[in-house]
Amino acid sequence: MLPTSEKKKWMYENMLVSRFFEEAMETIYMEGKTPVFNMAEGPIPGEMHLSNGQEPCAVGVCAHLKPSDVVTATHRPHHQAIAKGVDLKLMAAEIFGKKTGLSGGRGGHMHIFDADVNFACSGIIAQGLGPAVGAALSKQMKGDDSVAVAFLGEGAVNQGAFHESLNLAAVWKLPVIFVIEDNSWGISVSKADSTAVKHNAVRAQAYNMPGRFIADNDPIALYDVAGIAIEDARAGKGPTLIEVETTRLAGHFMGDAEGYRPDGELDRLKSKDPIVRMKNLLIDEGVITDDENLQITQKAQKLVDEAIEFARESDYPEPAEALDKVFV
Amino acid sequence: MENERKLTIARSMAEATAQEMRRDENVFVMGEDIGQLGGVYGNTRGLIEEFGSKRIRDTPISETAFIGAAVGAAQDGMRPVVELMFVDFFGVCFDAIYNLMAKNIYFSGGKFKVPMVLMTSGGGGYSDGGQHSQVLYGTFAHLPGMKVVCPSNAYDAKGLMATAIRDDNPVVYMYHKSLQGMGWLGTEQGATVHTPEEEYTIPFGEAKIVKEGSDVTIVGVGLGVHNGLKAAKLLEEKGVNAEVVDLRTLVPLDRDTVFNSVKKTGHLIVVDEDYQSYGLTGEIIATIAERDITALKASPQRVAYPDIPIPFSRPMERFALPNPEKIVNAYAKMKEQ
Repeated sequence: MLPTSEKKKWMYENMLVSRFFEEAMETIYMEGKTPVFNMAEGPIPGEMHLSNGQEPCAVGVCAHLKPSDVVTATHRPHHQAIAKGVDLKLMAAEIFGKKTGLSGGRGGHMHIFDADVNFACSGIIAQGLGPAVGAALSKQMKGDDSVAVAFLGEGAVNQGAFHESLNLAAVWKLPVIFVIEDNSWGISVSKADSTAVKHNAVRAQAYNMPGRFIADNDPIALYDVAGIAIEDARAGKGPTLIEVETTRLAGHFMGDAEGYRPDGELDRLKSKDPIVRMKNLLIDEGVITDDENLQITQKAQKLVDEAIEFARESDYPEPAEALDKVFV
Repeated sequence: MENERKLTIARSMAEATAQEMRRDENVFVMGEDIGQLGGVYGNTRGLIEEFGSKRIRDTPISETAFIGAAVGAAQDGMRPVVELMFVDFFGVCFDAIYNLMAKNIYFSGGKFKVPMVLMTSGGGGYSDGGQHSQVLYGTFAHLPGMKVVCPSNAYDAKGLMATAIRDDNPVVYMYHKSLQGMGWLGTEQGATVHTPEEEYTIPFGEAKIVKEGSDVTIVGVGLGVHNGLKAAKLLEEKGVNAEVVDLRTLVPLDRDTVFNSVKKTGHLIVVDEDYQSYGLTGEIIATIAERDITALKASPQRVAYPDIPIPFSRPMERFALPNPEKIVNAYAKMKEQ
């Protein structure tokens, strides 16, 4: 299932928006945090997990999704949210803790919730898997052809929730796709030091579902495999597990000195930046021209700039609004 | 009583669930052994025969996955009723409960609803050891974002279940094993009461004065209410007229009814089968102390579980459990001061 030129263009545009958004986060996050780094200071306090380099995982899957499809994402959620169509301005405002944010500032960067496009994420490793299974159960019970996708990092496969959820999804033949973004690091612990198998896709065999491995952070190959998995899920053929070999081009969180990285690793990964590769692919294939690339780039940057401006200019919530929305 | 229709709590829970399933096709039940077996404590008995295995779903022993799945299904418009067989088992899946089920409404600024019921059994007194006998009310009531229901009788159990299923928020429905009316467990007879067949709801946050009195207020939930009523009888023999308050829900908590009762009686005893420290007993006493400490004519007393794991051996377990005599003794101690 190969993407059309239009789909390829959409994927590239979305990857650019995502990258520019993260670059803006990277800069703004450090405001008020120099010369002394204090996580509580600046316009964006708290932890910040950037998704630079992992964009292919989000677009290769979300290119197939419609708003009624459910996505549960991780503590590193921006690229996934952007690919699912979460409103960029409202998301930025939420990350700034503003009243206009998706949740009025109650969630923040690790708790992005957008009911309009059925997107939710979580700060706990593997926590989104159960809800994705449940959303898929809901779709199945309603006779709807929508699906659920759970994104997770490769570190999450060693959580009980992963194994329980895959088994349950397979037992009930649910329309859910589990997508592992393997960036090979669980904070500072390498995959080799934490995981008994080389490729987690083989774990699918234990749960009687197809397991697919996508090498080299390839959004086109992922589009193909995810398309089949999603089509199967919509047709009632049950779940699929996909593992994507990807790259984390930033630290685990902002402020991570990354002393655990082997010498040269980051340079090697950056030389394979998926944004650059996608641009070259589209130009080589004649999908876009250099001029169009410039336009696409400027448009993506403008979207991000407008979202950041909206967030900066929005008001903070009244402090006592903290007491609202515990219950509906 | 004419046309009396006595039901056990187990049957009244199943009846309410069935009625809600008839009126709303989005209601379904899942959990361990809730299908063919009808629930270890009988509270889903008869449902699979009427609604089939798609809406009455036995699950693998994977509490993290199926409670998390209930959250996902609830957010997607379904109304799952989920069973965690013993409250003691929450240790394997608490993340899905307190970090997920109880927080997603808030994290979404109220834009996601989580209409689910988590049923769970609690309570000891039958030598089931320290991992199958706890009530743990305080643990759930302490953490924000979930309502907590603890029925003491079949009438309340039915109306509270209907309210729980219709609520758009997560509700933890904590039933006491000694009140269920299961043949193989000793059952408190006072829990099996007249229960109308027609549908009805009981609002959350409304405590019930189950016995009026003027000399002392005894506050409790679940089995504690029955211990309170028995203590009131014993106190009556001594010429003491006790008022007994059944909180019915811990979240929301009807502080007004408790306060007004204490204002009337001037004396307070709180009964709880949960561990004494940092729990319901302290919360109720603090409520009175904060609002108007002069309402109390003597130091309040609590009859709760000592801060120990639950022992197996019968004499040791009975020593630790609350009972009517302990409540009577607490009253005597209060009056000695």
